[in-house]
Amino acid sequence: MKFKWIIPTLYIIFLMLPIYWLLNMSFKTTNEIINTFSLWPINFTFENYIKIFTDSTWYMGYFNSLAYVLLNTILSVTAALPAAYAFSRYKFVGDKHLFFWLLTNRMAPPAVFALPFFQLYSSINLFDTHIAVALAHCLFNIPLAVWILEGFISAVPKELDETAYIDGYSFPRFFIKIFIPTITAGIGIACFFCFMFSWVELLLAKTLTSVEAKPIAATMTRTASTAGYELGLLAAAGSLTILPGAFVIYFVRNYIAKGFALGRV
Amino acid sequence: MNKVQNNKAWFFILPVIFLVAFNAVIPLMTVVNYAFQETFNNNIFTWQGTKWFENILRSERFYAAFGRQLLFTFIILLIQIPLGVFIALSMPKKGFGVSICLVLMSMPLLIPWNVVGAMWNIFALPRIGFLGHYLALLGFDYNFTQSIYAAWFTVILMDVWHWTSLVVLLCYAGLCAIPDPFYQAAKIDGASRWAVFKYIELPKMKKVLTIAILLRFMDSFMIYTEPFVLTGGGPGNATAFLSIDLVKMALGQFDLGNAAAMSLVYFLIVLLLSWIFYSVVMKGEDK
Repeated sequence: MKFKWIIPTLYIIFLMLPIYWLLNMSFKTTNEIINTFSLWPINFTFENYIKIFTDSTWYMGYFNSLAYVLLNTILSVTAALPAAYAFSRYKFVGDKHLFFWLLTNRMAPPAVFALPFFQLYSSINLFDTHIAVALAHCLFNIPLAVWILEGFISAVPKELDETAYIDGYSFPRFFIKIFIPTITAGIGIACFFCFMFSWVELLLAKTLTSVEAKPIAATMTRTASTAGYELGLLAAAGSLTILPGAFVIYFVRNYIAKGFALGRV
Repeated sequence: MNKVQNNKAWFFILPVIFLVAFNAVIPLMTVVNYAFQETFNNNIFTWQGTKWFENILRSERFYAAFGRQLLFTFIILLIQIPLGVFIALSMPKKGFGVSICLVLMSMPLLIPWNVVGAMWNIFALPRIGFLGHYLALLGFDYNFTQSIYAAWFTVILMDVWHWTSLVVLLCYAGLCAIPDPFYQAAKIDGASRWAVFKYIELPKMKKVLTIAILLRFMDSFMIYTEPFVLTGGGPGNATAFLSIDLVKMALGQFDLGNAAAMSLVYFLIVLLLSWIFYSVVMKGEDK
């Protein structure tokens, strides 16, 4: 059992290899990528990154992605909070069916909705806006947020609510001043997962945008097909999309295990 | 927990219902609309009854895509679940190693899905990609754009790379919830490693493991972006899973009637799975 650490180490190496390869490619010129095989860049270059940071169609892609992801995270968690509270604390007509109906949307294949989404958002003049993608991602993020938050709220003893009423707190004041601070960890985890799923989803984001709100990931696929096959540029753009995720994980690293422990992802 | 009967709670749920219904009910009704009617460019609809459904349920194309989908899901579950459990068991329980493992292992989960596809495309390219280069050196005739086996191998390896961490993290969380005295008691009884796994760890992981299996089952059933970017469904239709085939039909060939009928059949399958999922999880929570 002494060499137990080898297994996670090997697994992490397997995980890091493709990422390393992407980084490696991003520092090479297209010429070098096509003509030689090397484990590290020989003619080390920042050319690909410079191109991304100076061309507005590229860097606006990052801005667009982050804009709708943040918008969606705020929207989902804000809407989900009172709903999760209601599901956790009250019995009401149709509660179980409603909860199940919400969950089915987490499980709906986005491909089924791609075309109708395009028509729906075109007809209300929201096509190609950040709001459209943020709203569309609510489809799977709100159910997720409700599910995660319901778990955390149910873990808070009901006596907290009752004591607050006896102390003369009104409901909104209790909810904002006392309740939200007690479930910060839960809110953090819900935000993390909303961010994650909105950031990685592309089918809907691509369907709902064309120029103004085009996400970075979609910029990548389109540029790759029109401007020949610029592997170096593609690799640089890809490497940059890994950063926000890595950044967010670092912040919530201590809560991740806790979030997964509830088994509600 | 004892819940209070209060129908005013509905007001708390209204924003959620409004947002989700807007995104779920309207598009679903559009699909239903297409599934029963014939449409031409000028927005004239004619009622077709169940014609499209009969088409789809008789077409070889649908069963072929469905078969590929089932095979894919089956293979990745067979690999990811045991591998995930195995890795979770050998992860450190405390110390600085925990954070490193958690952060690095979560990385693949936060990469946009088409970047995952593009990354594996670059990684597996024959001759200039790492995987392609070394497989060729080892004497394999490996080209994922031409050989069906190579394409399947690459797609499966990619999915294992992408999602095994989810299983690992879920199982790890389950393992962390086992109190130390359980292990101490096992040690006193002189239990073997296998006995500890079988009688302590596995039962305690049962719930998270159920969730892991069902999540992976459902998510792999909707897989679209990664194989689409990696292989484009090819060579031929070899890796065209349900979603890829559906989008091809709806947006590529604009065959709306058939695509809508297929969407509904697909959606019903997923709905059935969700219902099973929901019952299993909720049953576990009531105990």
